[in-house]
Amino acid sequence: MRINFRQMITSASAIAIVAVMGITTNIATAEDKAASPLEEGKKLAFNKKKGNCLACHMIQGGEMAGNIGPPLIAMKARFKRDALIAQITDAREKNPNTIMPPFGTYSIVSEKEIEKIADFILSL
Amino acid sequence: MKKVLTIAATTLALGLTPLVGVQASPADDLSAFQGYFKKRFPDTKLADYKNGVYSVDAPSREQWEEMEEFPPYELAIDDGESIWNKKFANGKGYADCLGEVGAIRAKFPHYDAKNDDIATLEGAINKCRTDNGEKAFKWKKGKLAKLSAYIAYQGRGGKGDVKVEGEKAEAWYNAGKTFFYGKRGQLNMACADCHVYYSGQRIRGDTLSPALGHTTHFPVYRSKWGNLGTLHRRYGGCNKQMRAKPFKAQSKQYKALEYFEAYMSNGLEFNGPGARK
Ligand code: HEC
Ligand code: HEC
Repeated sequence: MRINFRQMITSASAIAIVAVMGITTNIATAEDKAASPLEEGKKLAFNKKKGNCLACHMIQGGEMAGNIGPPLIAMKARFKRDALIAQITDAREKNPNTIMPPFGTYSIVSEKEIEKIADFILSL
Repeated sequence: MKKVLTIAATTLALGLTPLVGVQASPADDLSAFQGYFKKRFPDTKLADYKNGVYSVDAPSREQWEEMEEFPPYELAIDDGESIWNKKFANGKGYADCLGEVGAIRAKFPHYDAKNDDIATLEGAINKCRTDNGEKAFKWKKGKLAKLSAYIAYQGRGGKGDVKVEGEKAEAWYNAGKTFFYGKRGQLNMACADCHVYYSGQRIRGDTLSPALGHTTHFPVYRSKWGNLGTLHRRYGGCNKQMRAKPFKAQSKQYKALEYFEAYMSNGLEFNGPGARK
């Protein structure tokens, strides 16, 4: 009984600590975001529920990349920002039967998010 | 959800196949389909496509062959055998509906002219049960998958020989074909995108299997599931990956899809159950 009670106290304080840490990490990521839009674009590009570009494209800094699409390298030399945004918004403009999802047209990510992804890709 | 549905409907209409003409006969489709893979993977023999992704992915094949030495589906086959041997309350058994166990697997799927329907192995098992006053099993896993595994195991070596004869059977076939090549879901993808045009390539860490051979080795024990699943369970999973609404196991859509995919795999041996990561 006493042990149980002690365990309860320890776990209660553990929860309290986690709660405090949770708040601090939230603050930290908020600051991260503010500090680096490129980092945000990278997260959007890699996140499976967002761009998930890595599913198909090799991208520097990403792990377990697929090889369905061409590697996204030396992008600045090859792509204007507008053309890149157009490609992400709806790849069917260039290839009607493409496997690349129409991220903008089908609202997979927002316009703002596309811009952030594009800026990250252009930094490669 | 509504949005996903409209997208699926509009793209389905446009999603005609560049690989196989809509007007082509099933026999023409079959030779174009198998011919496509022959060119795409010149080192893979036709008979080897029954092994799914391992037919085109040498690095993972070795691991798989090791797994097959102590197959994770072995217990399920034993369970399936007990289910097969257990008589119904009326004293009858599955053999009374389905015939000799070793000959069953290769008979499915087929067009059932009497009911204008596609008869699948799982459908026939449950029909046998309900015709004999027993409750149907659940469709995607559990007892049905185990019994299907036992029947598949006993039927190893039988060859696929699906027939598409007559207008109504062709309508089923065409429905399956349209589904297979149609773009669907929020990601606007077709089955053919992943399992024809980019088969053998990697999506994230997964190598994509050729659709040729998809139907030969089911049910499959999948490490990710931790148990055995039917073909239609897998269809549902892939539909979700495309962010498209999955249909129910044994729905018209998936029966048509199975009919089409099985026809495309004609000539291959059945070698189920299979094991996949
Ligand atoms: C399911 C596969 C898939 C996904 C996911 C995908 N792409 Fe693509 N992408 C392709 C393919 C395939 C091509 C080649 C052109 C074509 O077939 O349309 C391509 C082409 C491109 C190109 C043109 C490359 C060049 O060198 O011409 C860019 C840029 C691009 N993708 C960026 C992205 C970005 C950014 C994302 C994520 C937001 C993304 N892609 C997600 C498959 C994909
Ligand atoms: C975004 C890519 C993608 C799409 C689109 C897709 N699949 Fe898959 N599918 C996969 C992956 C990845 C696997 C697991 C690796 C493998 O065996 O191919 C898989 C596995 C399968 C398997 C199991 C193969 C085996 O040997 O166990 C079947 C059957 C299948 N898919 C059918 C379909 C059908 C039918 C559709 C369309 C409704 C479809 N897939 C759409 C990616 C996809």
